[in-house]
Amino acid sequence: MRSESEVVTPEDTSTRQQPVARPRWRRALGPRLRAAGLALPLVAFVVVTFAGPMVSLLTKSFHEPEIADALPETMAALRQWDGEGAPPDDVFAATAGEFVAARNERTLGRTANRVNRVVSGMRSVIMGGSRLMVEAAAEAEAAGVTTDGAFWRETMIGIDVRWGTPEPWRALRDAGQRFTARHYLKALDFERGPEGGYVRQAEEWRIYVPLFWRTLKVSLGVTMLCLVVGYPIAHLIATSPPRRANVLLLLVLLPFWTSLLVRTTSWIVLLQNQGVVNDFLVAIGVIDDDGRLAMIYNMTGTFIAMTHVLLPFLVLPLYSVMRSIPPAYMSAAASLGATPLQALRRVYWPQTLPGVGAGCLLTFILAIGYYITPALVGGQSGQLISNMIAYHVQTSLNWGLAAALAALLLGGVTALYVVYDRLVGIDRIGLG
Amino acid sequence: MSVRGGLASSLGSRTARLGAAAALSTGLMAGCRLAADPRPEGMAAAAPESEERSITAVSYGGSYARAVVRGYHESFTAESGVRVDLADFMGGLAQVRAQVDSGSVYWDVVDLSVAEAVNGCDEGVLELIDSSILPPGPNGELPEDDFLPEMNTECGVGSLLGSSIFAYNREVLTGPPPTRLSDFFDLERFPGRRGMRRSPQANLEFAMMADGVPKDRLYDELSTPEGLARAFRKLDTIKDQVVWWETPAQAPQLLADGEVLMTTAANGRIFNAQVLEGQPFVIVWDGQVMDRGQLAIVAGTPRLEDAMRFLRHAATAESMAGVGRHIAYSPARYSAQALIERHAETGVEMWPHMPTNPANMKNHLMADWRWWADHGDEMLERFTAWLAR
Repeated sequence: MRSESEVVTPEDTSTRQQPVARPRWRRALGPRLRAAGLALPLVAFVVVTFAGPMVSLLTKSFHEPEIADALPETMAALRQWDGEGAPPDDVFAATAGEFVAARNERTLGRTANRVNRVVSGMRSVIMGGSRLMVEAAAEAEAAGVTTDGAFWRETMIGIDVRWGTPEPWRALRDAGQRFTARHYLKALDFERGPEGGYVRQAEEWRIYVPLFWRTLKVSLGVTMLCLVVGYPIAHLIATSPPRRANVLLLLVLLPFWTSLLVRTTSWIVLLQNQGVVNDFLVAIGVIDDDGRLAMIYNMTGTFIAMTHVLLPFLVLPLYSVMRSIPPAYMSAAASLGATPLQALRRVYWPQTLPGVGAGCLLTFILAIGYYITPALVGGQSGQLISNMIAYHVQTSLNWGLAAALAALLLGGVTALYVVYDRLVGIDRIGLG
Repeated sequence: MSVRGGLASSLGSRTARLGAAAALSTGLMAGCRLAADPRPEGMAAAAPESEERSITAVSYGGSYARAVVRGYHESFTAESGVRVDLADFMGGLAQVRAQVDSGSVYWDVVDLSVAEAVNGCDEGVLELIDSSILPPGPNGELPEDDFLPEMNTECGVGSLLGSSIFAYNREVLTGPPPTRLSDFFDLERFPGRRGMRRSPQANLEFAMMADGVPKDRLYDELSTPEGLARAFRKLDTIKDQVVWWETPAQAPQLLADGEVLMTTAANGRIFNAQVLEGQPFVIVWDGQVMDRGQLAIVAGTPRLEDAMRFLRHAATAESMAGVGRHIAYSPARYSAQALIERHAETGVEMWPHMPTNPANMKNHLMADWRWWADHGDEMLERFTAWLAR
């Protein structure tokens, strides 16, 4: 962006010498505002495509008004109930009326599904019960019986004795809360206890917390692997003569420009049971035909493919930092009697730290949200938390839970970033 | 084998192609389809009279899709002039829900299980179907007498009965053959990989039956936390040997490639591989889980009239028999069952291969669509969680 003095035109210069026509603050603010105006399209773009959807998504994680909107009278009536024993008659009347109406409009199924997510088993209580309630309402109308609260209490308990107990009513009341922490509790492997409070899930049903840990470990592992593989490559490119460096750089960039899907599926071709690597190993007799290595559709596959996909994100910042390190420093270290290893450890490595920091942070943050590669080559044991988010967005359509998982992931990354900032200092990150 | 040969064969191998297919289906398909749908919203409704009319019928692909195309898609187009576009999916309501919610319905007729159709009906994502549109049988049989019990529901018209069974390749499994469902879970006597569908449907039933739970108590047991844990514990015993397949066509492919020793499958897929490709596959009918298939119409489709006509055509005994002459699924009407004798292409007698043949029903389970309608979403979630563990 151009500085203030550069945008001043000859006319501006002439007006400056004349007495001040505008307040000083306006003169000072004008160019700045104009400069900010240039960024407006960008700001608008970020707000529309990123900040807006992000806020709406995160809102979904704690705001679920659909059940309350579908059954407003039931929720209002339940507010008068103390939570013990069966609720008063007007609750039965309100619920029955709304169930029958929603059943006839065919919207009750969705509400029942949502309630079922909060309290397992409620779908059958609601849907099975409502079918008979519709029939009872029709019969009562035909017989001219008034359908008041007492009628519905008797009818509903007659249809399903559970309506005479507090449990389904508590379930409806809990599910009808517009603002809720239940998605976060579920994302942390808590479940609703029989009394309504939340308790930690049994070991064998815990899923999300172990997956978060797995995601963290895989991301750290992939980042470390990328560093171990990428550091020598970056060094080689940075210290090669220009012609060779260009060729080497191209070799790094070529896969970077290739579609992610192509790169991932190539690994399937290479690593699968009947794949190139296994065929080769069998052909040269390292392994026999029955002992083919399982290198894909498991954690190994996830590690290999993700490391390959993310490698350029580490090599490129590292390379540009290394290129700016004068080779004379290493010569100086050697001439002062340092062994190559000492020179590397005490002179070269500290100077590359900004690049290491930038590359690792970039790689790690990309890795933690990865989902296509694990979905393709991870089999069942190589799935990460993002795959569960995708599942809840696309298949189970439980967007509240997906949003809560995404929010936790976002919070985790932010926390790591803050820790990194405290420990290393974000200003030490450099791209050369 | 040389490295070169290895590369060539691998590039052409099924697994690579499956990988690519999975890439498309896993995440991108729903989005891409929405974006890439060639017919803009409302165009079909606004199309001039002269333009060709069409509907989109969605099915499970492969040999089953071939059977429905030959069975009644072609005859419907010939009769009505409405083209039928075929689309593939992997079952479930997710895409139907997404289309109805987003207001861009581009599927018209969907192949669903009864449990899915009932759920979709309760949620209002499927059109109600007036049972008076059901055509009578060839000899004037009334639909209510001619359809098998529980085949039709408010939003679904019964099409067929199919079974989940397990099968093996006689050329790969050369020792003493498995004969009972429990053999599928017996890694000691039959060491080797197992193919299973990546879904809780039928797998939970297989696990419970193999674990010795009586069939009449099976769904009651599955409704309790302990019973469900028992089913997953049984699946745990073979989990690390399982290759999960998603599209039904993958099952016979896994068997043919020798990737697995045995696989669960839809019986019709195995039958078609046997008769059309001459594969030496053997079906073990013990413990088969039979389920009802239905056709349903996506709510809010702009092509409702044509979709209803299509449904009416598909519900005729002749249409159903047309399917049954191509793939070994039993039609939903008694009168259609009587019309099927031999496989249309090879002349193989169909009756011995039908899941409803008493010889194949010595130990069978009828899938409880009420239970699955109530628990399907929850079981899918549990199953997905279990898989990721």
